[in-house]
Amino acid sequence: MPTDTKSHPWMALSAPGAIDAMLAEIGASTVAELFEQIPQDHYRKTPLDMPPALTSEMELRRDLVTRLKRNGDCEVNLSFLGAGVWQHHVPAVVDEIVGRTEFATNVWGSYQSDHGRNQAWFEFSSQLGALLNLDVVQLPVYSWGCAIGHAMRMAARITGRSKVLVSQLSDPERLSVIRTYCQPRDMDGSIEVVTLAADPATGRLDLEDLKAKLGDDVAAVYFENPAYLGTIESEATQISKLARAAGAETIVGVDPASLGVITAPGDYGADIVTGPVQPLGVHMQCGGGAGGFIASRDEERYVRTYNGFLVSIAETQREGEFGFGLACPHQNSYGMREDGNDWTGNSTYLWAIAAAVYMSLLGPEGFAELGRLIVSRARYAARLLADIPGVSVVWPDGHFKEFVVNFDSTGKSVAEINTALRTHGIFGGKDISDEGLNLGQSALYCVTEVHTAADIRRLCDTLKEVLA
Amino acid sequence: MTRLLEFHAAKWDEPIVMEMGRPGGRGQIFPEPEAEVSKAVGADLIPSNMARKDRPELPEITEFEAQRHYLHLSQMTLGMMGVSLFGTCTMKYNSKTSEYATLRPELAEVHPYQHPDTLQGVLSIFHDFDGILQSLSGMDQFIFQAGGGADAAYTMAIIARAYWADHGMLDQRTEMITSIQAHPCNPATAAAAGFKIVNLPLEENGYPSLDALKAAVSDKTALIMINNPDDMGIYNPEIKEWVRVAKEAGALCFYDHANFNGVMGRLSARELGFDACMFMLHKTFGAPKAGGGPAVGAFGCCDALAPYLPCPVVVKSGEKFILDNDRPKSAGKVREFWGNVPQVVKAYAWTRGMGAEGIKLASDISVVANNYMDKRLSEIPGLVISNPEISVNRMEMTRWSFAPLCEETGVGTVDVANRMADFGIDPFWMSHEPWIVAEPFTPEAGELWSKEDIDLWIDVIAQITHEARTDPEMVKSAPHNQPIAQVKGDVFEDPEKWAMTWRAYQRKTGAIDRTERRRQ
Ligand SMILES: Cc1ncc(COP(=O)(O)O)c(C=O)c1O
Repeated sequence: MPTDTKSHPWMALSAPGAIDAMLAEIGASTVAELFEQIPQDHYRKTPLDMPPALTSEMELRRDLVTRLKRNGDCEVNLSFLGAGVWQHHVPAVVDEIVGRTEFATNVWGSYQSDHGRNQAWFEFSSQLGALLNLDVVQLPVYSWGCAIGHAMRMAARITGRSKVLVSQLSDPERLSVIRTYCQPRDMDGSIEVVTLAADPATGRLDLEDLKAKLGDDVAAVYFENPAYLGTIESEATQISKLARAAGAETIVGVDPASLGVITAPGDYGADIVTGPVQPLGVHMQCGGGAGGFIASRDEERYVRTYNGFLVSIAETQREGEFGFGLACPHQNSYGMREDGNDWTGNSTYLWAIAAAVYMSLLGPEGFAELGRLIVSRARYAARLLADIPGVSVVWPDGHFKEFVVNFDSTGKSVAEINTALRTHGIFGGKDISDEGLNLGQSALYCVTEVHTAADIRRLCDTLKEVLA
Repeated sequence: MTRLLEFHAAKWDEPIVMEMGRPGGRGQIFPEPEAEVSKAVGADLIPSNMARKDRPELPEITEFEAQRHYLHLSQMTLGMMGVSLFGTCTMKYNSKTSEYATLRPELAEVHPYQHPDTLQGVLSIFHDFDGILQSLSGMDQFIFQAGGGADAAYTMAIIARAYWADHGMLDQRTEMITSIQAHPCNPATAAAAGFKIVNLPLEENGYPSLDALKAAVSDKTALIMINNPDDMGIYNPEIKEWVRVAKEAGALCFYDHANFNGVMGRLSARELGFDACMFMLHKTFGAPKAGGGPAVGAFGCCDALAPYLPCPVVVKSGEKFILDNDRPKSAGKVREFWGNVPQVVKAYAWTRGMGAEGIKLASDISVVANNYMDKRLSEIPGLVISNPEISVNRMEMTRWSFAPLCEETGVGTVDVANRMADFGIDPFWMSHEPWIVAEPFTPEAGELWSKEDIDLWIDVIAQITHEARTDPEMVKSAPHNQPIAQVKGDVFEDPEKWAMTWRAYQRKTGAIDRTERRRQ
């Protein structure tokens, strides 16, 4: 590579002569000499085949923006998609803070040099703990599904049992991750995933089936509040009592955006709580905003089974001063390799900071208002949709921001309807017809605080036109 | 020696956010539902037994107070504001152009379940970037679902599981072989996937011997997982033979290509014989680390393993890009959706900004810079290189040791790391567990830093070793101009004292809030 060409803006030592000067100091005459460890027959034979370089920022930006503009987005279009990633309002201050280069590019220093970031992490756990009414919150893992997977493995470690119970109406996306984490039956340490019947009238867990399946081999019962199909599990206390009586852990998945209006899981007997971080101020980013938290009571039997980073407040050598550090650092895979709890690594910690800023902006009143606004508008949308001939809402009451809309009587498939809606700039709800849920031609609609009454009317008017 | 720059970190004596604010303070307001909405649905829409009755104990502050508080916290994070030669993590410039591009609504406000016709822009980036990684590795297909390097290792483990199950041999192929020097995520993820772990020890050449491998492989071996070069900067010259031996025994071979920076454009994982590999986009490919993610472990494999890949896989069909979910043999998902999309876009942007020539130049520079560092570090008394008897030039990073200094002065690697921050230099990476080298530190210069940056970094090390001899207490009690003094570690293993939330802290200490504290 010639060193006398233009130097590259991202590499100081690409400046003319810079490498040669270094070589001279090392006492080497060629770069190749420094690669002496690699045997000749290891070098690749095929040349690199890459598109031309775009070394000027101008050209690079043009390429990125031109490509991204080929996407349709949920600001230009009116979207009712949810199911694990939801369109919520992201306050501008959150964008500013997560964009700060100190937060965006840091890696791992000392507890002192990372103090600000560590405090932001602790504030994530503290504020989320206040929403959940729980004392321990781990920094987020990769996603909600991964959080559930780890929580189930925690429960298996705690109880020494190897079966978990989940609703038959689970999200197939999360369930696929859960099954991965619970691993195949014929391997060491596998956990069997057994589905529980749901009450067709309400979408909630069938408690009789739960009682029948709870035995001394069950490590945990998992349910969500609100659940995949939007329903609120109003018998939560009952479920956790039944689980406890059988010696099983109660694992709950919650949407943190609901916690201003829905009871904190710490108050209805949940032992381990999981949920998505994305609703707390993280853009959807085509799924790149995913992150999943795990929380529990502050008991050693839980704390000692976490897989990742637990940030604790601590004193410093200076009187009256706080610092932060990792609690129980030796129990994870950094400390114990294959003998640690599952594994950990780079995760989604920037979203912990986004969520910390978001929660501090909303405060208790903000969460209450947000919850009321979402549930009101979602219920309104359900009402209006149900008034359209041929359209019905499967469980019209008792849901939070998502609900199931059935189109069986329209004679059209969800796929056809969504294609037609798209030509009107509307992204209809997620097609759940092929998910084995026995709900016919149905779609999961999501309505949040970003959807105004006018948006909802526009959806209904367009649907009428499309179905006519 | 160059004069060391004066530095002092920002210190704001910032309260915990939970202590801030006043009753009724607001940072965000949401409108009341429209009249037509309230009229139609009424109030109290949550079943009464599930309606929240308590007020969550969150701060009540203004929008400005939230902004200022978190800006202060960012200022009390050294980040890459000084010189960060954090080994094993390949610190790079994270381009603002790509950062800003991904903040546009055309990506930020995009849903993964949108119809693929409305995702052609981002899918084209995935597809073309897949092609670039294919070229760099020789693999046939990449996916980006894994949320980090460890998650890509986990992806390998579950693909091996699916592969052996499909061949009816999962009950026989139960072992994963790796080196004790491999990143902990390799054994940890394979164990979490249900495999038994065989760790090969290092021998005098700095890597496990071929004989040890031969003794370990058998018809029980499901896969081997290995990185090369390792974190000592040593390249295992027998790696081709390793792969041949392992494959002869029927095992799958996975190349943990996290240490790719020194060999970019020189090696092809596939040509070395590997079946699969992973690249860390938040490391080698210029996406930011963000203090620990969002990250991406790009997982690539050969055609024989492609049927087992987690779905969806981005493929081109005619003129369109589609999400292929139709893989009946798929191992299942490691994470929801298709990956940390903005990070993939940034990594694509990095490869485009560099081009093939730039990438090769970066690899040259990173190895030249590391050897320059080795030269200068070797001139500082009290330091010793790992495997001192191995005299070859190291690759893109080298593990060093403060063992002689520690013996002489009592100042060890943790002390030096703490002291470095006093000069505005990010504390270095020491080593993964187990510490094979005593008092370790592992610098990696990469291609970003200038000679002046590298010299400054080394001058600071030299200065601290000097201080260790003249004023060891000062070093041991460092840092002295960071936002806080040394954190006391006693609470971290003590269930009575650890506190992972403010509510736990208050419960355990009966803590009073800051206003009270100040009054006392
Ligand atoms: C060699 C190697 N493999 C794997 C990993 C794991 O990557 P991550 O932290 O993204 O999970 C690392 C991390 O630095 C590494 O150095």
